[in-house]
Amino acid sequence: MAFRDLTDLNDMHLDVLKEIGNIGSGNAASALSAMLSKPINIEVPKINILDYNTVVDSLGGPENLLVSLLFTMTDDVKGMMIFLLQKDFAHMLLNTLLGCELESFNDVGEMELSALKEVGNIMAASYVNAISTLADLRMNISVPDICIDMAGSILSVPAIHFANISDKIIFINDEFNADGQSASSQVLMIPDMESLEKIMKNLGLDL
Amino acid sequence: MSQVVTVGISDLNAVKAPDVLVTYALGSCVGICLYDPSMKIAGLSHIMLPSSVQMSADKSQAMKFADTAIEILVHRMEKMGAHIFRMKAKIAGGAQMFSGVNNSSLANIGQRNVIAVKQELLRLHIPIIAEDTGKNYGRTLYFGADDGSMRIKSVNRGEWVW
Repeated sequence: MAFRDLTDLNDMHLDVLKEIGNIGSGNAASALSAMLSKPINIEVPKINILDYNTVVDSLGGPENLLVSLLFTMTDDVKGMMIFLLQKDFAHMLLNTLLGCELESFNDVGEMELSALKEVGNIMAASYVNAISTLADLRMNISVPDICIDMAGSILSVPAIHFANISDKIIFINDEFNADGQSASSQVLMIPDMESLEKIMKNLGLDL
Repeated sequence: MSQVVTVGISDLNAVKAPDVLVTYALGSCVGICLYDPSMKIAGLSHIMLPSSVQMSADKSQAMKFADTAIEILVHRMEKMGAHIFRMKAKIAGGAQMFSGVNNSSLANIGQRNVIAVKQELLRLHIPIIAEDTGKNYGRTLYFGADDGSMRIKSVNRGEWVW
């Protein structure tokens, strides 16, 4: 049997994805902590399989402003990964990394964009490493593409791209705590079904 | 009192004055507004993809595509008393949200959506009287059945009425 879409995943498969999400989020927190040179605590990440409309709602509604970084996955695991930062989190990162006080996203310059891309790169690599190490698969991610806009507009990109396959995606919600402040970020994993099968097979699970 | 009716992604709806239609955060999708000024009937369709040709004959998917959704909207409006020969169109959306995407199927999907919408409107002989498409930002669209005005809101780039 082959996966047609994410609704074909059973509890065992979901547990695997949750574990991947856990390890990835843990790696991401350490990376973040090193980048910001301060201790970062992380809540147990929430991992769900959701349809696009639910994802948009849980991101604060279609008009909520988000910083998004889009990666294309290639090699053994193909698909798309999107890393989302809530506005406050992005502000905090920029202020800490660049030591500047950003007023609004109207005046984000090259320097800020580049810093956000770098953060996204390191965070995305954390998840990719988790999958790649656990499932012993080769994975590669593209240079990130950045977009700061409404949640609904951003999500229309993967929705359109995968409209022929599925309207569901793997949604990982992370809560980070630093200096008593909490910030949330989300990772959307959209592997193609063949790649998902490879992951499950390599981990010794039946489809 | 006028009601505000939300149109979701790959969805459509039609209302009479004084109601208002809204679709939030159009990205690469396109919003198609049709208006019959003498009946004050407004219709809005939010399409995701240009063509249904490669898709299965699943009827529930028809509102997703430019080449099938617009005709459904026209029929819906005609049932309410509108006439296709009086209809005028305003369209918005079809942006390219991520500028550097090197994946060609993603890179110009917004543009392809806009072209497909224009072809379909041409086939139906509905003139396009206003257009706010392309570029690289999301748009929220309000379409009023009172006067057929299309109001576009963006996050950082202001607001326009067409």
